[in-house]
Amino acid sequence: MRQYREGSHAVAEIVRMCKAQVISAYPITPQTHIVESLAQMVADGELNAEFINVESEHSAASVVQGASATGVRTYTATTSQGLLYMIEVLYSIAGLRLPVVLTCANRAVSSPINIWNDHQDSVTVRDAGWLQFYAENNQEACDLHLMAYRLAEDHNIMLPVMVCMDGYILTHAYEVVDLPEQSQVDKFLPDFKPVHCLNPDEPISMGVLMGPESYTETRYAIHQTMMDALNVIPGIADEFERVFGRKVNCLIEKYRLEDATQVFVAMGSMVGTIKEIVDGLREDGQKVGLLKVIAHRPFPKKIVYEALKNAREIAVLEKAISLGEEGPLLSDVKSAFCGYGNQPKISGFILGLGGRDITNKSIIEVHSALSGSQVDVKFIDLKI
Amino acid sequence: MIIPVTSKPRTSKANKTGTWRSGKKPHFIQKECIACRLCVMVCPEGCISGDKRCTYIADYKYCKGCGNCVAVCPVADIEMVKEEWWRETIS
Repeated sequence: MRQYREGSHAVAEIVRMCKAQVISAYPITPQTHIVESLAQMVADGELNAEFINVESEHSAASVVQGASATGVRTYTATTSQGLLYMIEVLYSIAGLRLPVVLTCANRAVSSPINIWNDHQDSVTVRDAGWLQFYAENNQEACDLHLMAYRLAEDHNIMLPVMVCMDGYILTHAYEVVDLPEQSQVDKFLPDFKPVHCLNPDEPISMGVLMGPESYTETRYAIHQTMMDALNVIPGIADEFERVFGRKVNCLIEKYRLEDATQVFVAMGSMVGTIKEIVDGLREDGQKVGLLKVIAHRPFPKKIVYEALKNAREIAVLEKAISLGEEGPLLSDVKSAFCGYGNQPKISGFILGLGGRDITNKSIIEVHSALSGSQVDVKFIDLKI
Repeated sequence: MIIPVTSKPRTSKANKTGTWRSGKKPHFIQKECIACRLCVMVCPEGCISGDKRCTYIADYKYCKGCGNCVAVCPVADIEMVKEEWWRETIS
């Protein structure tokens, strides 16, 4: 049913319909509204779950790790410093192959302290072994959460999933979203059946010591699963479409890419702004297109290459930077072309950090810079 | 692809921690022993067994050679000795 909802509340509704059984989180702006809503639902008896209050994000992640290990569906959400505080446990959750779902309400990282949006928090943990999806709008954020549970708990995957949605721009924005019926969600998302779980009747230890003779294979298995996920995702996305009557993109979305020679590449909510600019430039007869990257991990390298191979000038726009190098997504896009001849010009642009607005003018500035020589790092809207 | 990082109870016996010894092992002299069982209690591997006086012995498959039993024995009836053929003792 189409409803006018705040992004955070819409996501909370989806988590309720997914019947998360243990939820634990620590309040941190701009994630708070999501778990606040869920806590209310639990208190009001609308959601039969245990909501465990904790003193920190490290504990929140530990709680969902332990709960997931007992074979129940879990949920947590955080952002920025909170996500970084969770890192140790994030790696552990992935290593234990626990299908935890986490929402990251993307926010900048201190110092200086800044509570507004960019992607530095989640991009920093891209190597933790979690599948990472970036939403453009609240509808996509909702749909990606449904996909997140389904993918995480698929026995061919069994890895945690992080759904990233831009803080404020999405979490606090009211939009019309098409929320599914409970019966549809039940049809799409069966009960969670763990592969291994903690059970007093059949005791096992999880997370045992594994030395040089076997550790490598556990990392190989996670990597291989990530690669497999690229093949599993389209099939599950098709099923999503059959159940909900709406298409969901999980890897990439191509926007006016056919015959485009100049292509923007971006993740998250700024894609909406870029689409508007692409439309405008197309009206002027310019062959411009956009590639939205949704799956940052696993990175659909081959699909990205196929989508971009006819472009001559590529602009990768990012709300994060690997300080001292370049934007992380730029490195990924460049590596997609490695080994192929006739490489296009691939430039990197950093913008929208710490909540600075990305305006139409910002995107036009990127477009103007495209015809110049290749740049690895160009800050847009820089006031220096 | 899943490689389980789990284990079942009592499976740690498969790990022969005796390989950790580095050239010395406790030798139970079995002359002055008063069967106080302190050696049994301090052994971190739980690999010392015995019941009556002068019957205590370590299982060298698991003994890590830490020397706790030697340090705690009130009658100095256990001593650390150099082992010449220690690899054979755990095989």
